[in-house]
Amino acid sequence: MAKSKGQTTREKVEAGLPRRRRKELMFKFVGMLATTVGVVFLGVFFSTLIAEGSSAFKQTFMKLDIELAEDVIAPGGELDLAYADFDGLVRSALREAIPEVSGRRDRRELYRLVSVGAAYQLRDLVEANPELVGTKQTMWVPASSNVDMLIKGNIDAELDESLRPISDKQIAWVGTLQDDGRIETRFNKALFTNGDSRDPELAGIKGAVMGSLYMLIVTIALSFPIGVAAAIYLEEFAPRNRWSDLIEVNINNLAAVPSIVFGLLGLAVFINWASLPRSAPLVGGLVLTLLTLPVIIIASRAAIKAVPPSIREAALGLGASQTQVVFHHVLPLALPGMLTGTIIGMSRALGESAPLLMIGMVAFIVDVPGGFNDPATALPIQIYLWADSPERAFAERTSAAIIVLLGFLLLMNLAAVILRKRMERKW
Amino acid sequence: MKMTAMTDVTTDNQTPPTLTEEPAAAPVAEPIQMPQVPEQETELSGETVGNIHCENPFMIANDVNVYYGDNHAIKNVSLEIGKKEVIALIGPSGCGKSTFLRCLNRMNDTIETARVTGQITLDGKDIHRKEQDPVALRARVGMVFQKPNPFPKSIYDNVAYGPRIHGLAADRAELDDIVHTSLERAGLLKEVKDRLDEPGTSLSGGQQQRLCIARTIAVNPEVILMDEPCSALDPIATARIEDLMDELCEDYAIVIVTHSMQQAARVSRRVAYFHLGLLVEVDETDRIFTNPQHRLTEDYITGRIG
Ligand SMILES: Nc1ncnc2c1ncn2[C@@H]1O[C@H](COP(=O)(O)OP(=O)(O)OP(=O)(O)O)[C@@H](O)[C@H]1O
Ligand SMILES: [Mg+2]
Repeated sequence: MAKSKGQTTREKVEAGLPRRRRKELMFKFVGMLATTVGVVFLGVFFSTLIAEGSSAFKQTFMKLDIELAEDVIAPGGELDLAYADFDGLVRSALREAIPEVSGRRDRRELYRLVSVGAAYQLRDLVEANPELVGTKQTMWVPASSNVDMLIKGNIDAELDESLRPISDKQIAWVGTLQDDGRIETRFNKALFTNGDSRDPELAGIKGAVMGSLYMLIVTIALSFPIGVAAAIYLEEFAPRNRWSDLIEVNINNLAAVPSIVFGLLGLAVFINWASLPRSAPLVGGLVLTLLTLPVIIIASRAAIKAVPPSIREAALGLGASQTQVVFHHVLPLALPGMLTGTIIGMSRALGESAPLLMIGMVAFIVDVPGGFNDPATALPIQIYLWADSPERAFAERTSAAIIVLLGFLLLMNLAAVILRKRMERKW
Repeated sequence: MKMTAMTDVTTDNQTPPTLTEEPAAAPVAEPIQMPQVPEQETELSGETVGNIHCENPFMIANDVNVYYGDNHAIKNVSLEIGKKEVIALIGPSGCGKSTFLRCLNRMNDTIETARVTGQITLDGKDIHRKEQDPVALRARVGMVFQKPNPFPKSIYDNVAYGPRIHGLAADRAELDDIVHTSLERAGLLKEVKDRLDEPGTSLSGGQQQRLCIARTIAVNPEVILMDEPCSALDPIATARIEDLMDELCEDYAIVIVTHSMQQAARVSRRVAYFHLGLLVEVDETDRIFTNPQHRLTEDYITGRIG
């Protein structure tokens, strides 16, 4: 057919083939390189995170034989939990375990081996079992974070005494306790059941997890229906004119607005104007709703647009009304995409911290929030707070909290994949 | 006026696509001439030759114009469609056959840029009158599309969808009955009797198209519009659907767009030839194929215009 310079089409094609193959190889190589770099970065990230954080899931405990002296806990036969000196009981048990300590200063150093949590644990025990008063109980109580760090090898005993937070004497006592079989590392339940604390060995992420959960409940309850409804309206019902163009541009821009701006907006509108409580998951959820709405709307519109027009035409041709077309055909087909978009938005909301700073969720809150109006923090804020703390023991907890956060994100993304697989229909 | 459409030939199923610029269908066994595209502005007067009237008109289009934005796609077309007749719309690609067809059940309403003027009546009533709901109109004027487009639902639900939304069946038994008779009439029942729960999309292309026809007749429309219903089908499936049309035209008026002269000759009683948005010639099928009045019609059916 086409002949120029005496070459047939076939000759021309064949002449070009090596170059095409070279290009293909080159592209393959670049792609592989890019993937490898990404995987290596991820690998480094995860391995350091796990190396740093995994030890936080364990905690050092100390076995003490504690005398539940009646005259301390129940003077005059009446249980007095508020004023009873449980601390004193723990201390005397500690003195008993290491009898050679004498002198006020040494004793004070000795007392620092055990966590203040020991006294709380004792109180809880007595409260639950008042009949134990007057007996002697063998209990495992949390050691202080310095002992914990020493046992986990995070404090170098070879270092000069002035450079480490634990003295030579304390190290020797810990050695004695270890020899007596009184030291053990166990699963760190406190990390999952406690709220924040100034003492690392008592600090947990439950408060932050619950705060995040309440916020996400508010966010998903508001942003999914609003986002999907807005997307359906804009895609299927709104007239195309200058107004709808303006709205479209605005929504796309909103998705790109820095999140801290939403925090400022939330502060101005929800707290200053609507007088909602500060630091509350309700307000956090509202702010995150503003943040995720554009993401959900854009994803939902894309999902609606991806529904083949032939399905729409088929339904319209049968005499279905626009609403019937949308709810019988478009929505079922677009739902997987909408849900994926929603979960991506939720993941973003879960990991967001900047806007929450603006509405006071950065406070140090010990209590686990019990509702939407209780003061709370969120997981990423907790990570920020702990990362900011000087104690060595908070460093590993920071990593542990990051692992938990990533675990949640992984779960959500998994849910997105499963949902999509389940609901996807072929046409 | 652009003539690009001339090279854009949609081959029909009888003629496998070829790389040469041979016209798609040349039923008359004359030596094929290379398509020369004569400038025929003078011949496109806008007057329709032949006879746009028929004995028993059911739908009447009067002076219909369609614009897509600035594109004047249909120009002053007037045509009558009779009760119980099959009328074929033929013409080169891009001449406006689909556009005209979509006017008849107001599917063009769904295209934002489209604007329709002129009058179309169904059983004596203007379909554009205010109180006419397009939804109700489309229940009376059904449509089968060029590409089979079953819903991603079960075969049963595909056919039952129309009766359901229009509330045609009082109970499940009646719905079952409608589904079965519709599938039967579409010639599909035998093949799918035992797999009504399977998705409609699992059928073959030809079966899907018959499913779409079953879906359309399940609503019991008065007019059926078919836009190249056989363009994706093999000759056997095509023959099936042509038989079906023969049967259906005992009850319905059928308007079919086709690129196959043979098909037009086989199934239709009248033929309308469109060219660049104009209705050039309408007449009895025999007259059109044996003795076309207009030179453009003659050129087209003898294969001189692709
Ligand atoms: N949705 C649309 N928007 C804008 N222009 C359109 C649209 N549909 C069709 N047109 C234009 O209208 C003219 C007629 O198109 P139409 O689809 O009716 O042709 P046709 O005769 O059905 O062609 P074919 O045989 O290829 O299907 C063409 O010029 C086309 O570009
Ligand atoms: Mg067409």
